[in-house]
Amino acid sequence: MYLAVVVLLVFNVLFTQNFLSVGNFRTQLIQAAPVCIVALGMALVIGTEGVDLSVGAVMALAAALIPLYLGYGAVAAIAVALVVGIVAGLFNGVLVAYVGIQPIVATLALLVGGRGLALVIAHGQLIEVHDPAFLALGANDVLGVPIAVLVAAVLAVVVGFLVRRTTFGRHIVAVGGNRTASTLAGLPVRRVLLVVYAICGLLAGVAGVLATARLGASDPADVGLLMELSAITAVVVGGTPLTGGRVRILGTVFGAVLMQLVRATLIKHNLPDSTAQMVQAAIIVVAVYAARERSSR
Amino acid sequence: MEDEPVLEVVEVSKDFLGTRALDRVSFAVRPGEVHALVGENGAGKSTLIKVLTGVYRPDGGVLRHRGRPVVFGTPVAAQHAGISTIYQEVNLVPLMSIAGNVFLGREPRTRLGLIDTATMHARATELLAGYGIDADVRKPLGSLGVGAQQMVALARAASVEAHVVIMDEPTSSLEPREVATLFGVIGRLHEQGIAIVYVSHRLDELYRICDRVTVLRDGRMVHTGPLADLPRIELVSLMLGRAVGDIRAHGVTGFGEDHHADRQPLLRAENLASRHRLAGVSVSIRPGEVVGLAGLLGSGRSETARAIVGALPLDGGTVLVAGKRVRSGSVAAAMRAGINMLAEDRKADGIIPNLSVRENIVLAALPKLSRFGLVSRARQDRIVDVFMKRLRIKAASPDQKVAELSGGNQQKVLLARWLCTQPRILLLDEPTRGIDVGAKAEVQALIDELAAEGLGVLLISSEMDELIDGADRVVVLRDGAAVGELVGDQVTEGNVLAAIAAAGEGESVV
Repeated sequence: MYLAVVVLLVFNVLFTQNFLSVGNFRTQLIQAAPVCIVALGMALVIGTEGVDLSVGAVMALAAALIPLYLGYGAVAAIAVALVVGIVAGLFNGVLVAYVGIQPIVATLALLVGGRGLALVIAHGQLIEVHDPAFLALGANDVLGVPIAVLVAAVLAVVVGFLVRRTTFGRHIVAVGGNRTASTLAGLPVRRVLLVVYAICGLLAGVAGVLATARLGASDPADVGLLMELSAITAVVVGGTPLTGGRVRILGTVFGAVLMQLVRATLIKHNLPDSTAQMVQAAIIVVAVYAARERSSR
Repeated sequence: MEDEPVLEVVEVSKDFLGTRALDRVSFAVRPGEVHALVGENGAGKSTLIKVLTGVYRPDGGVLRHRGRPVVFGTPVAAQHAGISTIYQEVNLVPLMSIAGNVFLGREPRTRLGLIDTATMHARATELLAGYGIDADVRKPLGSLGVGAQQMVALARAASVEAHVVIMDEPTSSLEPREVATLFGVIGRLHEQGIAIVYVSHRLDELYRICDRVTVLRDGRMVHTGPLADLPRIELVSLMLGRAVGDIRAHGVTGFGEDHHADRQPLLRAENLASRHRLAGVSVSIRPGEVVGLAGLLGSGRSETARAIVGALPLDGGTVLVAGKRVRSGSVAAAMRAGINMLAEDRKADGIIPNLSVRENIVLAALPKLSRFGLVSRARQDRIVDVFMKRLRIKAASPDQKVAELSGGNQQKVLLARWLCTQPRILLLDEPTRGIDVGAKAEVQALIDELAAEGLGVLLISSEMDELIDGADRVVVLRDGAAVGELVGDQVTEGNVLAAIAAAGEGESVV
């Protein structure tokens, strides 16, 4: 899969105008950042053999709440957005871990209802955001790197570290690998699931904040639309099996970047959106097939 | 009763990927006969039933129906021929109406070819009344209790105009009142000349209603004949493969001398009760003692262990460690009290297949090996090294995926996992099942060592040698209750078999 990224890069360098420009790189990375952040949370959830379909809706909820609290300052607004993400995640987590509902069904509730709620909060309107401190998140750089990209990179490192070096991370992988065995080993399975969904919600909130800052407006109807699919694609293409038990953070990051490159390549060469979607589907099939081969060896 | 068998197999064999599940088995059931089919795990009962009902095609031998050789292409073909089966798991549709389930596949039709629901409901109500079921047949099957669902399955099987009904553990989910109804129904079927094959471990029931018995062991038929001619203790010894009164010498297993235990019990489990599974089992284990649990399949041994470690929800009973009560139903609580269990099914309940040997070993001990939530690589590696050496775990490296190890090594990995947590009580459910002879002896010697170090051990084993040699004390279970306890010199094969076979209350000893 890393090979695919390289191939695409080479192809673009050769055939796409302006690909090698710094401006273009910036754009690509900025666009990939929200997907990458959401995909990190999704990877953790998928690692427990679950899935979170509500991430896009949570982004919308975060976006809807920001304009309401900007009056108290950018920090307050961001804090509220993140809290909403955590609460949504806890809601999902309780349904999955304590009520015992299948993740795909449990997170469906927020997928369907979350965006609706967000639209109600925003009175169905797109609200422009003018707070300079907030907008700085979308426009400014730190050390030459766009803030959104920096946040994505830092989070990737943190989550990667979490998975590999902490007890919690090992618990995630064990629960996904064999839930009964984990229970019999005394692992706090329900608590692990609850926290994992909460983290996913939190990261979706972060992505919602960054997307809103970049857009310069809160657009609950559109922000994060179909994000759950992009995130799941990035995770799957990155080599994390849907059956749980293994979490590839680096792979997920590259998966997000790859899907972004694919889309950008197709757009730059004027292919219609439908073709782009077919190409993405083909990539998913190839990636899952390749992953199966690897694990059965 | 005619003498011509209505259904029989002659010298039938069935192989699966190199294992011989049935080896030239002959079995015949006559009209109006209630024929018991018994055998332990892996004896071949399910395979035989599947051959009789068309699920499997035999690799050798002949299946004869009403005297004529026959081949059932599909289970439906067998059903149409009049052979009906009731499974232990009620294989019906819980969301469909009761009437729909009874007539599934043979619904009465109107002239237009549509299902005649009125007739179906009327006939179902009438039929079920005879089975003691008085429910609204339009309700979904799932709204009934499991026992009642079994009765519906029975009604369905009998109404299909079957002349052979095969019942696989029919009473496992029934209340005593329902069992009585079931026996009444069996009596009626018997009068109608229908042949019944009755698979069960419950000796009392078999002796109550069955005429003949066939015993399978390791894929072979070891006995067939009238049940009245076979005393219980002989039946049990045939099932387990031990000749009564035949005492084997020590040295067959890896176990050594008896263990010397302290006086005060470390673990006391009192009156453990769980519906349909345990009926008030009490076990106590002293430090340094190995207590064995003996009994037939289904007697509640694994359930007892699971109850003690908190993996089985209890309706009653307490578990005390060093006098302190342990919260029931919570594995974490039991582990905090120092109780660990090696599960019977290592694939399903033990190993995390895609993780490495190292990760599987430290799984339960992670909190002890980490500081502020961060796993200490050094401590982890040290402990893995210690246990891999002590248990002689053969792996390419600690990073090898545990799914790639042999069964014996996987079992050792799981033992290491528990030992890492420094338990006080270790419950071992079939610790040497499915592992090679060398590893078996190593594990047995290890159990000895652990007891010598002061651990309390509960040993469940289907292998008589292992149980007799390894245990200081044996508690015998039957149908979820403790029926006897043997200590020290009393622990012999003969005594254990006798305890298992002993009659229940009110039954006469055959």
